[in-house]
Amino acid sequence: MIAARRLVFVSGVVALCAWVLLPIYLIALGALGGRATVYQWPKSFLPTNVSWSAMSAFLEVEGIWHAALNSVIAAALCMVFSIALGAPAGYALARFQFRGQNAYRLLIMLTRAFPLAMLALPLTVSFIKLGLYDTPLGVALVHTALALPFAVLISSSLFMGIPRELEEAAWVFGCSRLEAFRKVVMPLALPGISAAAIFAFVISWNEVFAASVLTVRERTLTAYLLTVLSESPVPFRLAGGLLLIVPSVAFIFAVRRYLFAMWGIANR
Amino acid sequence: MTTAVEPAALPRATPASAARAQWLPYLLLAPSLIFLAVLFALPFLQTLLLSVSDGDKLSLANYAKMATDLNFAPSLRNTFALVLAVVPLQVVLALGMAMMLQKVRVARDIVLWIWTIPLAVSDLAAGLAWFAILNDSGYLNSVLYAVGAIPDQQGLLSYETPVTLFIGIAAAEIWRATAIVLVILVAGVQLIPREYGEAAEVFGATAWQRFLRVTLPLLKPSLQTALILRTVLAFEVFAVVYALGGRNMPVLVGEAYVWQHENQNYGVAAAYAVLVMAVSLAATVVYLRALRVPREQQS
Amino acid sequence: MRVHSMKILCSALLAALCLSGPARADDIVFMSTQLRPIEEAQKLREVILKDFPQKVTLVPEEPAPLATRMKAEADAGKRTVSVVAAGHGELQPLQAIGALDPIDDVAAKLKDRGIPASLMQLGKLGTDKQLYIPWMQATYIMVANKKALPFLPAGADVNALTYDQLAAWAKAIQEKTGQRRLGFPAGPKGLMPRFFEGYLYPAYTGGVVTPFRSAEAETMWGAFKALWASVNPNSANYDFMQEPLQGGEVWIAFDHVARLKDALIAKPDDFVAFPAPAGPKGRGYMAVVAGLSIAKGAPNRAGGEALIEYLTEAKVQLITASEVGFFPVVKAELPANLNPGIKLEAAAVDKTQSAPDALVSFLPVGLGDKGGQFNKVYMDTFQRVVLRGEPIRAVLDSEADALKAIMTATNAPCWAPDPASSGACPVK
Repeated sequence: MIAARRLVFVSGVVALCAWVLLPIYLIALGALGGRATVYQWPKSFLPTNVSWSAMSAFLEVEGIWHAALNSVIAAALCMVFSIALGAPAGYALARFQFRGQNAYRLLIMLTRAFPLAMLALPLTVSFIKLGLYDTPLGVALVHTALALPFAVLISSSLFMGIPRELEEAAWVFGCSRLEAFRKVVMPLALPGISAAAIFAFVISWNEVFAASVLTVRERTLTAYLLTVLSESPVPFRLAGGLLLIVPSVAFIFAVRRYLFAMWGIANR
Repeated sequence: MTTAVEPAALPRATPASAARAQWLPYLLLAPSLIFLAVLFALPFLQTLLLSVSDGDKLSLANYAKMATDLNFAPSLRNTFALVLAVVPLQVVLALGMAMMLQKVRVARDIVLWIWTIPLAVSDLAAGLAWFAILNDSGYLNSVLYAVGAIPDQQGLLSYETPVTLFIGIAAAEIWRATAIVLVILVAGVQLIPREYGEAAEVFGATAWQRFLRVTLPLLKPSLQTALILRTVLAFEVFAVVYALGGRNMPVLVGEAYVWQHENQNYGVAAAYAVLVMAVSLAATVVYLRALRVPREQQS
Repeated sequence: MRVHSMKILCSALLAALCLSGPARADDIVFMSTQLRPIEEAQKLREVILKDFPQKVTLVPEEPAPLATRMKAEADAGKRTVSVVAAGHGELQPLQAIGALDPIDDVAAKLKDRGIPASLMQLGKLGTDKQLYIPWMQATYIMVANKKALPFLPAGADVNALTYDQLAAWAKAIQEKTGQRRLGFPAGPKGLMPRFFEGYLYPAYTGGVVTPFRSAEAETMWGAFKALWASVNPNSANYDFMQEPLQGGEVWIAFDHVARLKDALIAKPDDFVAFPAPAGPKGRGYMAVVAGLSIAKGAPNRAGGEALIEYLTEAKVQLITASEVGFFPVVKAELPANLNPGIKLEAAAVDKTQSAPDALVSFLPVGLGDKGGQFNKVYMDTFQRVVLRGEPIRAVLDSEADALKAIMTATNAPCWAPDPASSGACPVK
């Protein structure tokens, strides 16, 4: 009985994994299968005639590594900015009751509710004037505006979930508010905060429009590839798509323990 | 909901620290507010102004042009239909996945990693992948053909098959954007003290009752966050819809792009953008009201 | 420990920021909406620009961000881009916002290149100054899978097709195979509006703006709606016809040569290329031009001029044709060892231009940033008449008002094949 239940459960987990992985597998199949696979009917789910030609066409494009470096810089800066700005705000929303709290929440959501492409024009004009045009820093700033709502809301729901008594107990034992935060709240919140940071990184990594309007020479990888991609034949588009997916998937993999090392604490 | 009430009852609270606690939240919010004022509010106001001006004078001509366009009504309808179909499903699915994850014994971090992979997939790649599955000579048709369910290639994404087109787009959206809900909920689930569930178990609650009476209420803050974020993002859906449906399924943000870039009319594009924002704003207010997190739950 | 690694990360970021600062002011930033596909962009960098002595930074850009960027750079009055290469229709809005520098001096230097006067005239964009120098030409043709040829109606010559024969052909395929195999690029990024403006309207009405709501136009939309019954319904999703052609989903397709090329190059033996059909008034076709222009306030104008001179040399034009399949604007004989796929295209273009009933359409001039809304009139009419089944007369009358408003606002005079007008082109 229990074994049967376990079986149903395990197959559910496996099915969900398959649901997520299948489209990725199909992108890879198209990216490495060349034209023959893309236009085949009926399609085969097995890799036939694997070819690196489409992939290598991308890797040989002049300046691609420079673009990749720009992407990493912009994404890392975006990560730092959005946590530095967002986590304190999230803490304030969670721990205090103050006038204007809901107004602030609304404001923060507004930034995500407005299509960025519409803001590109006025933003670009001021960036040129400020000297931020065509720099990874400028791109990171715009991406921070995109990632900030995530950082604020995720961190605020995290801080809300951390019992206030813990913090208050620390105060009783003589910690200042800051110390209590650092020694008690921070360790509990860190995994969730890093989830927000990873969002910020991935949002920045995948964003195209602002990155391509705000840069000329200092393109990010996405801007560099996607402008080329949209008119390229399908196998190249798939290859470019895969090329963009792989680093961010690897990034999430690399930080997965950090992200979800929370389980032990949850068992307290 | 007036001024700070918070540390007043604490042993160490002196009048000075109480006063400090009054301006502390504002101090914490200030950096992000200043940042958004410069990077968002300013360009936003410029756009808002653009949407209500016609040449040099104020006018609602752009909104009139938007409302009388032949794609306006369909795009409004399609956007709402997608949001209503996709968001609830995603929340239920993510909730289920978060609960399953608690019971996973081996390779839990790998399972979670796999489930969060779509986070890292750009719109373009997601659109391509689902197009590869759903187009006439795609993988879905290949499977149906192989098992003999269809005699030949069958259109799924054309204007003649709006139902399968809608289902296809909804499936792609669910695939692409459930991970974000999942991560927010997982972070929330982790913070629920285990004793609560154990206590309920002692009192003879079934697993379902425990979920309904203990987990779900405690998850409210995270659910609220996830719902707001996901809904707002769902109103901005566009890249995947165009990759799969082309012109067959206009959506609001897609129309905004078309007006700005194809038609080179920044005013009407701004009107669409303002409309999208107003709709998202309304949804956010509804969630904030409906899922109000009682203060007592936080302490 | 954690703080420490954070510090390292931050200083590494700062260092990287400093290193990647704009230290390359002397290169020529060449922004192009043309030759964007990855292979073409590589060929432009590595083959076409190989012998150019200065450093060129090629930045491929989609038309939409190009317009946003040039507007922003113009508003802020500070420039990064020196040379802009784009289609005629993409350069018009840049002229409207004053982002292009007049280059009559460059035009004077290129006098003996043999660029036809009509093309140079287009480069003035309806003003009295030269704003771009023609760079490459292309047009739209049709391509058919050889599997479709047996279904050609009796007596029809694929190289001298009429719209009625095309309809009969597609219908025959539909009846005998059960599939609709005719395709048009009517997707969001497809070039369908050009089909109406340069092909269907001229072929049926002999014009495009003036006879917009004429009786001939009414007949035309009726015929096209009937033809659409045999058109693959996925056409509303197609952006590039080379893809459904290669997948076999479509057997007969109309598109820009650059968007058919991939299929022809991959399988030159499977396809035939031929001119677009003719209607009662002739075989409408449209030559499209991509031009080279210099941005106002270009940081490296001298380099930009040199680049334009280089790209319009006969030798470089030939290399361009054989590498990427766009045709020269100067008089030059195509080499015999052309890629077989490009050879097919060249032959079809040649047959189009030399057809006895050929009726050439010029590109719209003087529409400024209303070019997109001009296209929208034709696409909206198409959607309403063909896809939504609204009554033709009523649609034509209401869309004619929109068209009139555009023509009045821009005061654009008629272009061929519409009869010349004084003042704004009238909608009869």
